[in-house]
Formats: sequence, structure tokens, C-alpha cells
Amino acid sequence: MGLLSFRHGVHPPDSKHLTEKVPIRRMPYPDEIVLPLRQHTGKPAIPLVRKGDRVERGDKIAEADGWVSSPVHASATGTVQGVDLWPHPDGSMSPAIRIEVERWSAQLPRPRLVPEWRGLAPEQVVEAVRQAGLVGLGGAAFPTHVKLKPPPEFPIEFLLVNGAECEPYLTTDHRTMVEYPERVWFGVRIMMQTLGVKEAVIGVEMNKPDAVERLRESQPPDLPVRVQPLRVKYPQGAEKMLIEAVTGRQVPSGKLPMHVGAVVQNVGSIATIAEIFETGMPLVERIVTVTGPGITKPSNLIVPVGSKLRDVLAFCGGLKDDVAEIVFGGPMMGSAQPDLDTPLLKGTTGVVALTQAEIRPKPVYPCISCGRCLDACPVFLNPSRLGKLGQAGRYEEMEAYHLMDCMLCGSCSYVCPSNIPLSQMFALGKTMLRRHKKAEQGAKAA
Amino acid sequence: MIDPRLELSASPHLKAPDSTPRIMWSVVASLVPVIGAAAYFFGVSALLVIVAATAGALLTERVFGRRGSLGDGSAMITGLLLGLTLPPGFPLWMAFVGGVFGIGFGKVIFGGIGQNVFNPALLGRAFLQASFPAAITTWPKVMSGFGALRGDNLALPLMSPNADTVTGATPLGLMKFQHEATNVWHLAIGSVSGSLGETSAILILLGGAYLVWKNYMNWRIPASIFLTVIVFSEILFLVSPTRYPNPLFMLFSGGLMLGAVYMATDMVTSPVTDRGAWIFGFGIGFLVVLIRVWGGLPEGVMYAILLMNAVVPFINQATQPKVFGTVPAKAAGPAKEAR
Repeated sequence: MGLLSFRHGVHPPDSKHLTEKVPIRRMPYPDEIVLPLRQHTGKPAIPLVRKGDRVERGDKIAEADGWVSSPVHASATGTVQGVDLWPHPDGSMSPAIRIEVERWSAQLPRPRLVPEWRGLAPEQVVEAVRQAGLVGLGGAAFPTHVKLKPPPEFPIEFLLVNGAECEPYLTTDHRTMVEYPERVWFGVRIMMQTLGVKEAVIGVEMNKPDAVERLRESQPPDLPVRVQPLRVKYPQGAEKMLIEAVTGRQVPSGKLPMHVGAVVQNVGSIATIAEIFETGMPLVERIVTVTGPGITKPSNLIVPVGSKLRDVLAFCGGLKDDVAEIVFGGPMMGSAQPDLDTPLLKGTTGVVALTQAEIRPKPVYPCISCGRCLDACPVFLNPSRLGKLGQAGRYEEMEAYHLMDCMLCGSCSYVCPSNIPLSQMFALGKTMLRRHKKAEQGAKAA
Repeated sequence: MIDPRLELSASPHLKAPDSTPRIMWSVVASLVPVIGAAAYFFGVSALLVIVAATAGALLTERVFGRRGSLGDGSAMITGLLLGLTLPPGFPLWMAFVGGVFGIGFGKVIFGGIGQNVFNPALLGRAFLQASFPAAITTWPKVMSGFGALRGDNLALPLMSPNADTVTGATPLGLMKFQHEATNVWHLAIGSVSGSLGETSAILILLGGAYLVWKNYMNWRIPASIFLTVIVFSEILFLVSPTRYPNPLFMLFSGGLMLGAVYMATDMVTSPVTDRGAWIFGFGIGFLVVLIRVWGGLPEGVMYAILLMNAVVPFINQATQPKVFGTVPAKAAGPAKEAR
């Protein structure tokens, strides 16, 4: 087989059968919407509304704070209940704008808040995307306009569209490619013209043959883009892995895709770029996979951004009795949610309800140096060694073993037969090292 | 909807099915045929020796090890492997002491599973060899009825065993001291004098193949050992076929099979990197031939592995994986077609 892939990685069961054939449905508006000011990588947005304000769907209710930031728009017409602390999917309490949705409202969009694409200069496209509050919808929620305007010293050669969707269970991107292939192509066109690149590749893992087929049959003849099937392997959707799989290039340690001339964008985000220019509506809703053995009716949904977990679950028939853990995102990198009032954000790719059978607590044994984590690590670290250093809290030494190259994909923890929480220790180690650096800089400045 | 009780764990929320106990118990299972062959060739004595060594290992783990550590199966492996390195007529109390020493000084004092530097079974055997040099080199002949004891198994503790057993020389002993070669086929089947597990090479290889197939063993280690032994002894054999044994004999005689497949591949005491595994295996193979040909002992597998165990930390250090994005990439264009 001529299927491409990166080296190392793991093969968790993909469990996509629950939703891969389920057409996307639209969820009705819930009674209340919660929009955290921090839904993206970068600085939190600054609120523009106050308690009692009436907002319409698509209104900007929080302004971006600087370049690497993103505005927030009302995802439903209603009245602002307040700007206060609310459970955030990252586990913290975080400032959020709460909107009581008007039940009688038709939720009609205001006429065209985003300009027509045709005739816009690249600069204007970037600004329109910025104003529309677009962020990467693959999970990291990096502001899209920043990617569209790379620094001039790094010439971009090609656009890499990420349709790998390597996380088990999730079918958000899969359904997008199957149901909205024209949107994907329009989005690719917009991005290529804005970036000024001549080449683009769409990487799709081969557990989605229908997506590859739909993309190929709907491809506009004037777009020189290759739809590249990839071998099914986790974490293929990680930017660096995808670039290696498709081009054979390695993004240097500590560098970004643009250093090898690439811009990687998730296929769902690309379809959304097309959507905002088509409909004139900023980012106020997204596609989410609600799935897992603990869900009564696994679904692919269009939900208003800021819908509460509770409302989304209820629309999917509720939880089964044996549900044990609910994860935002995929089960490999997603975060467990303790509170059903937590809202789904712009970057929430899925809701996975796992049962006792999947997450049953596993006894931890000492490391037996079996070396499986070394064979799993896609960035070629030595998790076995790092784990031992992590247990001892020797963070500086962990740095010498390239801890900062770890992207916390969880492959090492997944394969570890001793059930050592490796990636959890690495997350802690990275945080400690960053804190250390900051303290050192502070000491120097003082 | 009533809010369910929700767990909060760190990602990843999925886990591959393999576990450390499952790996260890699979190794135990793969040893069953080898033990069966030992019983076939050496009768009840074989089983008694293995049971005694295992009892010593398990008891020590139970008393001095961490709570519940018997369940991980690693003490069981140590006991069985130690038993397999002993001669069939070995006094049981000595086998028991070997098990106690192997686990006690080979593993528990380092902190238990995963912490030890040396292979505990081999350390136990080294202790026995140093303590009871006569008993451990008394080799009864194979095939004389299942029920018959092959030596003074039941010698009382601290008493020297009776020496009046029918003994035969091991193939390596014959080679070293009488320059007499044994038929390789007999070696492969196992119908030769020697330690319990020095016998059936074929069953050991089958057990190893099963473990490799399950990904419970790094095949590079035995492969590297075999390759080194073959190449090195082939060179010697070409120099002087009369003075040096042929490579096949080297491969199938003595404890090389058991050592290469089951002892050297102990995950804890072998390198964690694949490149390290090749180096480790090369070192063992080289030392084995060196000791067998020029050393004072007929067999060198045990010391070869123990010596290489000692340098594993250095091998690991020297063979750290090259981190992604630090190796200059091969030139490749963005539109590269399928590899």
C-alpha cells in the first residue's frame, strides 16, 4: 500500500463506528448560553456587554485583546445575564458571558456581518477572519488569522489540510468532509489565495474512504490540490506528524510548521472559513461529535458555541446508567469534565462519554524498561527515562532529556504496561519548567 | 437528568490492554514446555529442583518484597529460570537458598521489580556456583526412568551431597577438556547431560518466538547474541577446525539458548533502546565465546550476561533516541508522492 504515515505512534481502537455514518443534525437553541472570554490560544477577550444588554445572534460581545487573541460573538439572541466566573472546560473557573436565550426569537442572523470574499485583498480577508472570531476547530483553538498572516521572513510553500482526525471516537471532520466537501474546497481556495501558495495537500486517514471519495469527486478542476490517504495511526493529526507523513520533512525541534514552509489547518476550520464568507455570519456554531458507549444516542451535531454540556447530552437522549467519565475532545488528549454546566467552546471537537469498562482504574507498577514508550513516542523521546526523572521531581534533568519537545499526545501512557501516568507527569514537568523560567526572568529583571 | 458521579482522570483516557503482570505471566506460560522437557529428560528430580528454587524465590518475595508483588509474576519467573539453570541432581536445599539469594539480593534490596541491575535468577546461580562448586557441576545422565532421583536431591542442609551418582559430562565439558564434540541434533532436542534448561533448544526457541510474536520480548537481543556467537566462532573455526568447536555446536550447547532467549531479554536488566539491544547482545555473544574458548570454565553465558547487565545504564545513556526535528531531514518536496 502506498499509504503515507509518520514513524512510531500507536493504534488505539478508533471506535468511530458509533457516529461515522450519522448525518449532522442541528441542535435547537438551549435556554442559556455561556461564552467564556478565553476560548482560544492567546489573551482572553475583553467583554463589550453588561448585564441586562440585549444581544442578537452574531453580535460581537467581547473584543480581541491584541493580535494573538480572538473576539467572541453572541451565538444566540437574548439578554446578557452577567459576566462572571463559570466552570471552564480546562477545570478552572473563568470569566464568561451568560446569555438567556429569547425563546420566541427566530434567531435570524443580521444581514451579512462578514463581507463577500470575492474582490477582497489578502489583508482584508485576514481582517475579516479575525473579526469573525475564527480559531482552529481541531482542538487547540489557535486564532486562524494569525496563521493566515505568517511573518514575511518565512515564505509559505504549501497548505496542509488536516483531515486526519486521529483521535478515537471523533467524526466531526469526517462528517464535514462527507457532507460539506464543496465548503472544504471553497475554504481551501480562500486559504491558498490568502497565503499566496500554489500547492496544497489534504491528508485523510484511510478509515474515512468515503471522505476521500467525496472530496475527490467534488474537487474543482482548477485547484491543484492532492487528496492524500494516510495510514490510520495516532497522533497523525498532530501538525508535526502530519507534515512528516505527507512531505517527509521534520519540523525542527522547538520550531513551527512555517519554518518548513507549511501552514497546517484543520479541515473543519477550513470549511468554517468558507461558511463565514458564504453566510456572512461570524463563528457562532460548530460541529461536535457527541459519542461514546455512555451516550444514549451518539450524534454529530451543529451546536451554538457556548451550549452547556447538560443541554447537549439531553438532546442526545441523555447518559446511560454506567457512564463514568465525560471527556471534551478525543479520549487521547481530551480533558475530563466534572460539571455538566460546563459550556462547549469554539475548540470543542467532541464530547465522549466513557463507561467503567474503558476507564477502570489500573494498578500502577514500577517501570520494567520494556521500551514500548520509546517505540510509541512520535517525537522520539525516552519516556521511560523521563518518567523516572519525573517521579523524582528532577525537572531540570527532564529538560535535558528534551521534555519541552513532548506534545502530550499520551501515546506513552497508552502503551505503558505498568500504567505509569507518563504524559500526566510530563504535563506537570513542562508547567514546572515554564514557571521556573518565568521566576528566573523575574529575578533577573529585579 | 440526575447528575451522574463522574470520574476525573488525566488524559489519555484509553489504555492498551497489555499489563506488566500479563507480560510476566506470559513468560511463565512460555516456560512450561521447557520445564516439561526437563521433566521428560531428567524425571522427577527436575521438577523437584525447579519447585525448590521457585519456592525460595516466592517466599523471599512474599516476606521481604512489596505487598502484593507476588501477583506480578516476576518472582515466579526468577524461580523457574533459576531452577532451569541447575543440574537435575542438585540438592533441593541449595536450590532453595539460590532462590532466596536471587530474589533477596538480586531484586528486593534494589527496591523490587524494575529496580534491579542484575538478572536475579543469574545472580542466584552465580551465588550457588561460588558456594557449591562441586554440586553445581555434577551432571547426571539423561533417561533413566521418571521416578528415579538423579542425584542427592534430598541431601540435608549444610551436608555435602553424596558423590556416588552416575554422572555424565556436559557437551561443553567434553569439548573443553576432552575436545570431543556432541551431535548438534542431540543438542537441539536436549537429550544431553547438563542443567535442566540447557537441554531443549527447540522448545526454548519456540517459547521465545511466542513472546516475540506477543511483543513481550525484544528479538534484537537474542538475534544479536546468536549472530555474534556464530560469526565469532566461525572465524575461530576457520582458523583451526580441530582446536575450536564449530559455530552450530557453540550455538546449541550449554546455556546459550536459555540465556539468550530468557535471561538476556529480561526487560528490567537489558537496554531500553533498540540500538542498545544490539550492542548488549553483541557484548554477550562476544563474552560467551571468549569465556568458553579461553576461559577457565566450560560455560560462560551466566557471567557474560551478568557482566553486560552491569553496563546497561551506560548503553542506555549512549543510545538515547534522536529527538524528532534534531536530525537533518532528507530533502523532500511537499508534493512527494507515496513512498
